[in-house]
Amino acid sequence: MRFKFLTLFAAALLLAACETGPDNQANTGGSGQSRTASQSTGGADDLTGGGSGAGSGSVSSQNMAGPEPGTQEHLVVNVGDRVFFGFDEYQLSSEAQATVEKLAAWLKQHPSKQVTIEGHADERGTREYNLALGAQRANAVRDYLIVMGIDPNRVETVSFGEERPAVPGSNEDAWAQNRRAVFVVQGTPSS
Amino acid sequence: MTDSTRRRFLTGSLCAAGALAAGPAGFVREARAELEIDITRGYIEPLPIAITDFYGENRQTRSLGQDVAGVIRDNLRRSGLFKPIDQGAFIQSAEALRGGPRFQDWRLIDAQALVSGKAEQQADGRLRVQFRLWDVYAESQMIGKAYFTTPGNWRRVAHIISDAIYKRLTGEQGYFDTRIVYVSESGPQSRRTKRLAIMDQDGANHRYLTDGSNLVLTPRFSPTRQEITYVSYQGRSPRIYLFNLNTGQQEVLGEFPGMTFAPRFAPDGNSVIIALDNQGNSEIYVIDLRTRERRRLTNSSAIDISASFAPSGDRVVFNSNRGGSLQLYTMTADGSNVQRISFGDGRYSTPVWSPRGDMIAFTRQHQGTFYIGVMRPDGGGERMLAEGYRVEGPTWAPNGRVLCFFRRTRADSQGHYSSKLFTIDLTGYNEREVPTPQDASDPAWSPAIP
Repeated sequence: MRFKFLTLFAAALLLAACETGPDNQANTGGSGQSRTASQSTGGADDLTGGGSGAGSGSVSSQNMAGPEPGTQEHLVVNVGDRVFFGFDEYQLSSEAQATVEKLAAWLKQHPSKQVTIEGHADERGTREYNLALGAQRANAVRDYLIVMGIDPNRVETVSFGEERPAVPGSNEDAWAQNRRAVFVVQGTPSS
Repeated sequence: MTDSTRRRFLTGSLCAAGALAAGPAGFVREARAELEIDITRGYIEPLPIAITDFYGENRQTRSLGQDVAGVIRDNLRRSGLFKPIDQGAFIQSAEALRGGPRFQDWRLIDAQALVSGKAEQQADGRLRVQFRLWDVYAESQMIGKAYFTTPGNWRRVAHIISDAIYKRLTGEQGYFDTRIVYVSESGPQSRRTKRLAIMDQDGANHRYLTDGSNLVLTPRFSPTRQEITYVSYQGRSPRIYLFNLNTGQQEVLGEFPGMTFAPRFAPDGNSVIIALDNQGNSEIYVIDLRTRERRRLTNSSAIDISASFAPSGDRVVFNSNRGGSLQLYTMTADGSNVQRISFGDGRYSTPVWSPRGDMIAFTRQHQGTFYIGVMRPDGGGERMLAEGYRVEGPTWAPNGRVLCFFRRTRADSQGHYSSKLFTIDLTGYNEREVPTPQDASDPAWSPAIP
């Protein structure tokens, strides 16, 4: 398991190097009693922040038009619900890391929520290999969430291998969108 | 016919005309003349065989006799080794055959071998089916047997007789009295419905084992019991299940920390070799079916999956990317003495040890194409048998001479594609589709039914 430790260590270094915290989108959809995204909380603080998401710059809003906070739809609007991977790869790209950092912040804002990370593969591999690869991808996200201070008990993983492509077709564009990890707030019907 | 000529007959492409000339039986000498024509193509000319409708005294047994003969013809034709002669050419009638073959009548239509038979209803209601296999040129009976069964079981008798004929003429065990379990597929690509289904090797007696409410993958037969193991998404994560074909009962293999997948039975049927993924690290374990205790065989940070026992039970072939790319490895059954055996270009996966022990079948990917191939357990003698956009998951007929696999087409932008089962000889010839009601994948051939 040495590789795992190194992965976590590298991720922690990267995190510590962050000048600013996760680049959360301004949350216009929160209800009045919900905390919304912090703009100023440093990433390093997040690690010890207890998941409360407290910080300056919270914006309360009375706008009720957006999705219910803590729901899957809320996650989709404010964080996005997926990251993508290179062919036959499970390492998080810098873009994917940024998304997972936003997911971590979201989970801290919604401490009662648990998330399932679904790992998926494109169809250019054998079925059993794709199950293993999907598991690696889901766990790459989970590992980084843990680095970001999320309680491991709040994050489950499941691999769907190649069984549930997001985009139909046998072409580069479909494959690129199918090599993914999807965040599903528990209690949401999964794929 | 000696064992060596039998084997040469079956493997066709390898045989030399001179070797076949040594065969003492008349039909083999005749077959040699035809083999010479096609030998440069590495293809065996099928043996002309006359299979008469089995004689019946009354309408019911006559009808059964026709059905039995029809199944035998279909089996032998699909094997690629036999060419059943059109019945319209037959000179001697089934009724006249009861007094024995007029061999000259059968030589006239170029039959090398002749099958005659009879179906009759016993006083106790059982069906009695007898058959005789004749060597037309030697003018002698090669085999004759009678079987008793319930009338509803007539297809099985036809398969057993097909096996007997195949074995007598090739020296190899037949594989007609077998079944295939597979995954039946329907619906759009993004939400494919997958059900376990089982059928006879010729596609008959098809039935579904699961209702499609849970995603199911990779069923595999027990070598010793009417039982299969497979992966199902019942519950929160894929897990391995056991399915008793006699009772219909399903049970989870066990509670393990993580995803369990890629199951295959050990040759004695008493354990299952699996992959267990714990937090993104897949390792190979053996689960004892009586104690449900697990024993770990691999220990690497790479993917280790898709293990398959040698028929002797003392070695295992598996799939790993521990060397940087996906390759095939063997190890002893305690996990020691790991050796890489695949060295060609591309990625190798789904190794399956032949029930004869002499070959390992696998899936190979290279430059956007999938292949079904075989190699010896030491990695030598690698040959590709089939290819396609997506071919995968070879499974061996119990005689180790024929493989079944699935072939999937490219999906169009709407996600439409077809996936079907095929069989192919170890020689790489005689590829044939196995008919299924819907799309199909992940076939597993049963052992010879005891």
